[in-house]
Amino acid sequence: MIRLRGSTLPVTGSGQELVARKNLLIESARVSAIHCQSLSIEYPGGTRAVDKISLKVNPGEIISLIGPSGCGKTTLLRLMAGLEQPTEGTVGLDPPVQVDAGGIAFVFQQPSLLPWRTAIQNVVLPLDLIGKGSPSNRRELAFELLRTVGLENAATRFPAELSGGMRMRVSIARALVTDPHVLLLDEPFAALDDMLRNQLGQLLLELWGKRRFTVVMVTHNIAESVLLSQRIAVMREGTLASVLENPLPHPRNEDIRATVGFGEFYGRVSRALRGE
Amino acid sequence: MTEVLAPRRREVLVSISLVTSVACVVLGVWEFIVWKFDLPKALLPTPGQCWDAAVSERVALFRATISTGFAAFSGLLVAVAVGYGLAVIFSQSRSLRLALFPYVILLQTVPIVAIAPLLIVWSGYTFRTVLIVTAIVCLFPIVNSVTGGLLSTKQDTNDLFRLYGAGRWKRLLHLQIPSSVNHLMLGTKTSSGLAVIGAIVAEFFVGNSTSYDGLGTLMTGWANLLKTDALVSAVFASAMLGVLLFGTVHLISAVFLQRWTKFATTAG
Repeated sequence: MIRLRGSTLPVTGSGQELVARKNLLIESARVSAIHCQSLSIEYPGGTRAVDKISLKVNPGEIISLIGPSGCGKTTLLRLMAGLEQPTEGTVGLDPPVQVDAGGIAFVFQQPSLLPWRTAIQNVVLPLDLIGKGSPSNRRELAFELLRTVGLENAATRFPAELSGGMRMRVSIARALVTDPHVLLLDEPFAALDDMLRNQLGQLLLELWGKRRFTVVMVTHNIAESVLLSQRIAVMREGTLASVLENPLPHPRNEDIRATVGFGEFYGRVSRALRGE
Repeated sequence: MTEVLAPRRREVLVSISLVTSVACVVLGVWEFIVWKFDLPKALLPTPGQCWDAAVSERVALFRATISTGFAAFSGLLVAVAVGYGLAVIFSQSRSLRLALFPYVILLQTVPIVAIAPLLIVWSGYTFRTVLIVTAIVCLFPIVNSVTGGLLSTKQDTNDLFRLYGAGRWKRLLHLQIPSSVNHLMLGTKTSSGLAVIGAIVAEFFVGNSTSYDGLGTLMTGWANLLKTDALVSAVFASAMLGVLLFGTVHLISAVFLQRWTKFATTAG
């Protein structure tokens, strides 16, 4: 038996049982809002990478942070993850999550897998670190996530034996294995070619559709941010220049790129980025 | 499958034939020099004479090779254990690393021939002395390499471990130790050649008594007797021992530790 978010579920079994279990997992998934209040970080040299940013990320929304290189978007994301300490201001999660229990997940630009662990062992890693569940439960959960990202046949392969896109999928599965309230992504698809980028964007939308966690994604790519997010925060020189509401309806897929609405909103974001 | 293997097999064959050719040329030149300058056997025997000496002294040579090999292997093992322990300590505390690392370097820079007589005073004409000398010689490459390995984890991975609240032990167990295995094997390979040197140097000193015999002891004895042909055969035996030790370490690395060594250079 496995305990997930307070529900007792059968570990083994297939078909209906697994579906029921998955649904329960989805229903029980909780999300948090992120409150950033006049958040600043100043490095010893006097550089202010993030300057008095106040931003509320709504529970269950996907928001993109977009802006030129060095505008502080990655630093803001790291502040939200607690990987950097602000010199001023606060970051709060509502409802609060236990960060070291996997409440916040982070996907890096590189897949950052441990080369000596197989795909499934990499997905299991966060559970090993937070000490959640028995070893067999951990594997069971990890395998289910690998299946969700379409890698059930690659579970026992090492990262070196996987393609770049497959490694990124493993990285996403690893982030989701703790059933996080908040998913932070730092240009996760930047190193991939366009086709893979689109595929993985779609995958992210599907996963979000099922679990509805709060997503903050840093990106350079306007089209990606328009396709994926409900709001786009445009940053410039450490400050928040504007926050744009995305009028495009959900659920979305690749076809939406061909619509007039997509083009119009793309234009708005593009203009905001140029400071017009 | 054979199509994939074929180029690799050809590469191995080419490599073997090249190495053999070099050996043939060296032996030929050696034989020629002895013949041309009519050198006496005590100064430089021919390859054939060395072979004959090796055959006639085979029992002593074999025993000594086994003793020296055992000493070198044990010394290397001690160095791996002590070196790994030190490296783990160095990786956990910056102050300890700063305080103690210079002394580890000192072990490397003080000539072992200077320490060996001192160790004999303390530890006697025993196998233990040979073991200690060998371990000292092998220690530095291992400590240096493993410390580097334990500290060479990537920023993203460090962040990942921090995010999940991994403490010192979990970091060491799940991240630092696995990522240091490749460095350990590289350091041990470097030390495997040094181990044979260390053991033989120690035997030069220790072997003067009858309590311990090794290649170093044989070499000292044969040099005194001007048995140059046997001496050269002992040199070859020690060289082969070094290769054997290196090969063993390589084999262990390739067979048992492949998971940590083969993919180590691949960025996840």
